[in-house]
Amino acid sequence: MNYNWDWNVFFKSTGIGNEIYLDWFVSGLGWTIAVALAGWIIALALGSLLGVMRTLPNKTASAIATGYVELFRNVPLLVQLFIWYFLVPDLLPEKAQIWFKQDLSPATSAYLSVVVCLGLFTAARVCEQVRTGIQALPKGQNYAAMAMGFQQAQVYRYVLLPQAFRVIIPPLTSEFLNIFKNSSVASLIGLMELLAQTKQTAEFSANLFEAFTLATVLYFVLNMSLMKLMGWVETRLRVPGMMGGAK
Amino acid sequence: MIRFMNVHKWFKDLHVLNDVSLTVAAGEVVVVCGPSGSGKSTLIRTVNQLESINSGEIWVDGKNVADPKTDLNALRAKVGFVFQHFNLYPHLSVLDNITLSPLMVKKMERAAADKLALQLLERVGLAHKKDAFPAQLSGGQQQRVAIARGLAMQPQVMLFDEPTSALDPEMIGEVLHVMKDLAESGMTMMVVTHEMGFAREVADRVVFVDHGQIIEEAQPEEFFMNPQHDRAKQFLRQLLTPMQ
Repeated sequence: MNYNWDWNVFFKSTGIGNEIYLDWFVSGLGWTIAVALAGWIIALALGSLLGVMRTLPNKTASAIATGYVELFRNVPLLVQLFIWYFLVPDLLPEKAQIWFKQDLSPATSAYLSVVVCLGLFTAARVCEQVRTGIQALPKGQNYAAMAMGFQQAQVYRYVLLPQAFRVIIPPLTSEFLNIFKNSSVASLIGLMELLAQTKQTAEFSANLFEAFTLATVLYFVLNMSLMKLMGWVETRLRVPGMMGGAK
Repeated sequence: MIRFMNVHKWFKDLHVLNDVSLTVAAGEVVVVCGPSGSGKSTLIRTVNQLESINSGEIWVDGKNVADPKTDLNALRAKVGFVFQHFNLYPHLSVLDNITLSPLMVKKMERAAADKLALQLLERVGLAHKKDAFPAQLSGGQQQRVAIARGLAMQPQVMLFDEPTSALDPEMIGEVLHVMKDLAESGMTMMVVTHEMGFAREVADRVVFVDHGQIIEEAQPEEFFMNPQHDRAKQFLRQLLTPMQ
């Protein structure tokens, strides 16, 4: 292959103001993290709530949560994003439409759409993990807590969820990494996150290979660090005497 | 203290409790025995409504537990329950296992709850294990903690559902000792067990259940020496000489 590698490209001027290409990557990485973290907060909160609902004896609550999961799991992420960004704003009341389309900067409205989209999409997956985590616990835990006179909410808060979350940390970690990776869909609605900045660098500088190599390395390092972080959290929360915990 | 009146329960077609009537007076220790599948565990679980009933009435401390208006959580807080498989909370230390309900249900102060828990651990001989986690204890120790946990709500009655069936033989004694001390302190107790030594020594009455029916109810001496019903005779024979 006849290609002139030039790793100095990242320190060259982009021709816009006095920015260098590396600045674009830093800013892109910042948006990627901002999208993923905000989406994760929604996913974890809503997903936990839905997961609990699926295990309740109340049929209506559990049916609502089941319906949610089916809907959000069976529609492609990209389709969901386009719906949130292109269609949903048109369904809003007029004042909200003007606010979303005119008052907000294009970056902010794209950001809001993608955060809502990823948050709701990932919530369906978190829901399933929380549900399995709860259902994997021995039934006696529920009985023991009920026999003590706990309200249902207390049974979940003090007995079931602390155990369920410990069990599901590993699959939850994959979901946490997925939301960082999935955040790259934001590039398709014009949010200048890491992938969009990479494509832009490739087009501006013609150094396609360097740009995508750096993007790959950045995604990889980011996700590896998150994995290490979650591994540390898992060790910290380990219960002595259980599942390989310290004796 | 506890009164069953014509209680019936079905699991689909299976008649698990068939017209059960039984009274446990305050301070009394009643042992319930019978072959497996006879409905004795179901019977004891209906007292605090871990199992519902289809008809009849169960009165505990002056309240009808099957009445939808009865505050079940308040009632359960007054009834201690000890499970076959202990069901300690594995993510909490021994001390936290015991203090959780006093703190959350009774809204007791932390200091008072800790003090109470330590007294109870002293009583079951496990004060030195207060910071251990359940998985670090033997089965017998876990069951003693579970008894302390039940006592922490200062219950009016303690229910035991086969408390020693999941234990290694050499751990059964330590649990039975704690239960005997409890009985001697005047606690009202209903105990599902096959420990006939315990029944003979501690129980005021023995109730024999078969096919969801109480078919024999007698003082321990009388029940062991002179069982009336053929099914009871056969059951006792099997317990004493299982190989024949």
